Amino acid sequence: MPETRRSRLPWRRRAIPAKPRPLLEHGALPWLLAVAVATTLPHAEFLPRWLTLVCGAALAGRAWLWLKNGRLPRRWLLALVVIVGVAGIGWQYRALFGRDPGIALLVFFMALKPMEMSERRDGLAVVMLGFFLLLTHYFHSEDIATGAWFLASVLLLTATLLRMYGGAQPAREVFRYAALLIAQSLPFMLILFLLFPRVQGPLWGMPRDAYAGLSGLSDRMSPGSLDKLILSGEVAFRVQFDAGLPERTRLYWRGPSFDSYDGRVWRASFLSTSAAERKPARIEAAEASAVDYTITLEAHDRRWLLALDLPLLLPGEATLAPTLEVLANRPVRYRARFAFRSALDYTANREEDPRLLRQALHLPHGFNPRSRELAEAWQREFSDAEKISAAALHLFRTEKFFYTLQPPLLGENAVDEFLFETRRGFCEHYASAYVALMRAAGVPARVVTGYQGGELNPVDDTLTVYQSDAHAWAEIWLEGRGWRRVDPTAAVVPSRIERGIDAALPEGESLPALMRFESAWLVHLRSLRYRWEAINNAWDQWVLGYDRQRQHETLARLGMKDADWQSMFLTMMAASGGILLLIVCRMLFRRSKPVPEVRLWCRFCARLESFGIRRAPWEGPLDLASRAALESPELAPLVRRAAGHFAELRYGGGRRDHLRDLRDCVKDLASFRPCRPGGKPAGEKPC
Amino acid sequence: MDSPLLLSESKISPSTHAVQIAGVIAAANRVILGKDEAVRLAFACLLARGHLLIEDLPGVGKTTLAQTLARLLGLRFSRIQFTSDMLPADIIGISIYDREKNTFRFLPGAIFSQVLLADEINRATPKTQSALLEAMEERQVTVEGETRPLPEPFFVIGTQNPSTQVGTFPLPESQLDRFLLRVELGYPDRAAERELLESGGRRDTLPALSAHLRPDQLPRLQRVVESVHVAPALLDYVQALVEATRTNPRFIHGLSPRAALALLSVARAWAFLAGRRMVMPEDVQAVLPSVARHRLQLADGNGHARAEDIAGLIRSVAVT
Repeated sequence: MPETRRSRLPWRRRAIPAKPRPLLEHGALPWLLAVAVATTLPHAEFLPRWLTLVCGAALAGRAWLWLKNGRLPRRWLLALVVIVGVAGIGWQYRALFGRDPGIALLVFFMALKPMEMSERRDGLAVVMLGFFLLLTHYFHSEDIATGAWFLASVLLLTATLLRMYGGAQPAREVFRYAALLIAQSLPFMLILFLLFPRVQGPLWGMPRDAYAGLSGLSDRMSPGSLDKLILSGEVAFRVQFDAGLPERTRLYWRGPSFDSYDGRVWRASFLSTSAAERKPARIEAAEASAVDYTITLEAHDRRWLLALDLPLLLPGEATLAPTLEVLANRPVRYRARFAFRSALDYTANREEDPRLLRQALHLPHGFNPRSRELAEAWQREFSDAEKISAAALHLFRTEKFFYTLQPPLLGENAVDEFLFETRRGFCEHYASAYVALMRAAGVPARVVTGYQGGELNPVDDTLTVYQSDAHAWAEIWLEGRGWRRVDPTAAVVPSRIERGIDAALPEGESLPALMRFESAWLVHLRSLRYRWEAINNAWDQWVLGYDRQRQHETLARLGMKDADWQSMFLTMMAASGGILLLIVCRMLFRRSKPVPEVRLWCRFCARLESFGIRRAPWEGPLDLASRAALESPELAPLVRRAAGHFAELRYGGGRRDHLRDLRDCVKDLASFRPCRPGGKPAGEKPC
Repeated sequence: MDSPLLLSESKISPSTHAVQIAGVIAAANRVILGKDEAVRLAFACLLARGHLLIEDLPGVGKTTLAQTLARLLGLRFSRIQFTSDMLPADIIGISIYDREKNTFRFLPGAIFSQVLLADEINRATPKTQSALLEAMEERQVTVEGETRPLPEPFFVIGTQNPSTQVGTFPLPESQLDRFLLRVELGYPDRAAERELLESGGRRDTLPALSAHLRPDQLPRLQRVVESVHVAPALLDYVQALVEATRTNPRFIHGLSPRAALALLSVARAWAFLAGRRMVMPEDVQAVLPSVARHRLQLADGNGHARAEDIAGLIRSVAVT
């Protein structure tokens, strides 16, 4: 390290008087390495493998150098590694800006910084970078485990700061002090959490790729598009019913409907989504079948909301599309709550827009000749659309169709191959084939995707719908009766609808861990999972889902009606100021709070007074003991014992067991009875 | 006031060192009759590496005490009788011309001893007094540009007559401060005096006294005394006491920080003599009169603080 620092600016070449910078202690380095590991480790899963390896090697190398007291690598070598690394990251992500490359760069720097740490300010840089990196963990996950890791890391970072500036001391002490500091900041954290004005969305703009990893239903359906979703164990949304839970077979959570088919891919047609063409849907429903519920929808970066088939009342920021799905005004990019009312028995769009009906009859030419033939035969045979539908369902039920998540690949005439050759598939195959048959037979039909069923958590009565509950079914339009839901999958495997996908799958096909339970001990595991889910749900609802609406509700409950951000800000300042004042007062008047041994000793002396021995304020314990020996020989051993323990504690730096013994003395004195009944030993003079 | 506390494995239990010194004190008490507390304070002063001032009338046993201490501890003893015509050289020593070797030779004065009895110190002129007191503080003397260390340990017992007597130069406050303790011997009580009269004086027994400690043992004891534990709570108490002397309107000035240090070191020695390895408020209270009385002057012009003033002071400060 240079003794004097020369400015690199040519006009300031004169040596700047070197102020020696405090060096980093040898013993502080493991702390900083721990910080680096704690803040980078959760990112390892999401980083390119080579970067994880490089970072791990750098940290391990630094630890080895520390152990061997080796020399740090030269600057030019480090610079070279940095340049190569940054180039690698740029090549990997095709960018250096954005969420993922940004995190990768930060992790890379964090891993390399220890290699040039010699001064204390380098350590400080690592700690500050650590605090920032911690925040980025929330890009990947917001669950409780991440929160716990975050808290533990903050503790470690604070402890590292203490260790760096506080010198060598036992790690336990450092952590204890750091925990105390964090505990002291808890009230402020709570106040900020409760009162900090919530804005819709995050405080700062997120890069566009921030939503890339969100999963959910797609805006198209082709064979095999749902199966990845079905294999995912993620939560799609959670539902809280105001009254009881409807029957499981009626839990159709309606997502996007597809009415355009090109022979392979199902899409929503222009008509179904175009705002200009929107005509209010006409839904007739019996009030008796209405259900009220609240959905907490996970972010999926699409506009549609999931609602029970069919929604009557929508949340304010949503509209009902012509194809009856609920569309929000903007994509759902944060977990959000929506309140709905749905009717389970309904008649929808008895008089449908003819253009939509035409769209619902469209089939591409030249595909699937055999199924067309079959459908046209049905059309000739049955005049009634319902009978045609029944014939199709009869086909699914009677022929040898299998429900499997691993269907064989289908060729150009997908419907023909599925219906007459492979006969293996899952919901989207059945829905797609059914709708194609209906259209060929002249019955307006479309595919509806969404979720079916869900899992009721008995702990908090929340219905959790997983991505694995994704489902596709069909709708046909009947003259004078509107759109009618038909689920061809239910015709093949009724258990899919009655008991869930779990029951529908043949032996040997796997679902995510914890989704399948057969053996008895797993039942116990399942109840554990329910509990965990309930905790997670509470976390989602109350911690992560504490949005403007929740804040208003909470504040109203606390007596702040219609709080605007100014009043919230003022309350926040006042509350923080109040707590600060409390802490300051406590610090100022701390001396008046007696330490335990003094408190016990005072209690002992106060009890002694009832025996006529009154300790003068200036009297030390030994003097009191010798006086007690004169005034009340009966009590003398006890007083001597208590005085001895107190003296050891107070003036001899005594150990804890003395405190226990002193407490025993106080108890013994409380139960002490003089030998002579009613006699006050202190009243007598020793002769 | 022996400690009633004998807890095992505690700082209260007596150490072998304390047992050792207890034997010496017992032997001294057999010579100086009925003056237990004064003897004990003298030992405490010695152990705290301070100097002792005895203020009392002639003939109450000041010299006997000094000689007893020196003999029991196996130290070299000398005595200076101060008079108003004494010069510093009489104490410190003088260089005289040696005709045979043709050089000046230093003849060390009486101060080059381990226990020095400076008798009637307030009869000397201030010039001579300050020469002695300088030497006491520095533990070395500088004669004609040459610095000579005084022997180790170096313990001065100064005696002075009550300053109301004629022909005295009272020691100024700053000089008094150099004596760690001031004790009064006082008349012996009736029983002790009777025993004294029956045995016909104690001076004769002095030559028969043997040394109870080896020369290297006293410094070791002094080090042990320095290691006696002082708890923060006790420091609080000492500070509160010192603070009380400063705010009390009875005194012109309060105790100086040096006095507070003196109080603490004597309290350590006192606790050590009581067989404890920690200082208790009682120790501080026991030594406070001897430490503070000659350092505190009454505001009403009646000289130094009386024993009652110190007792009142102690009562005004709570022990917790």
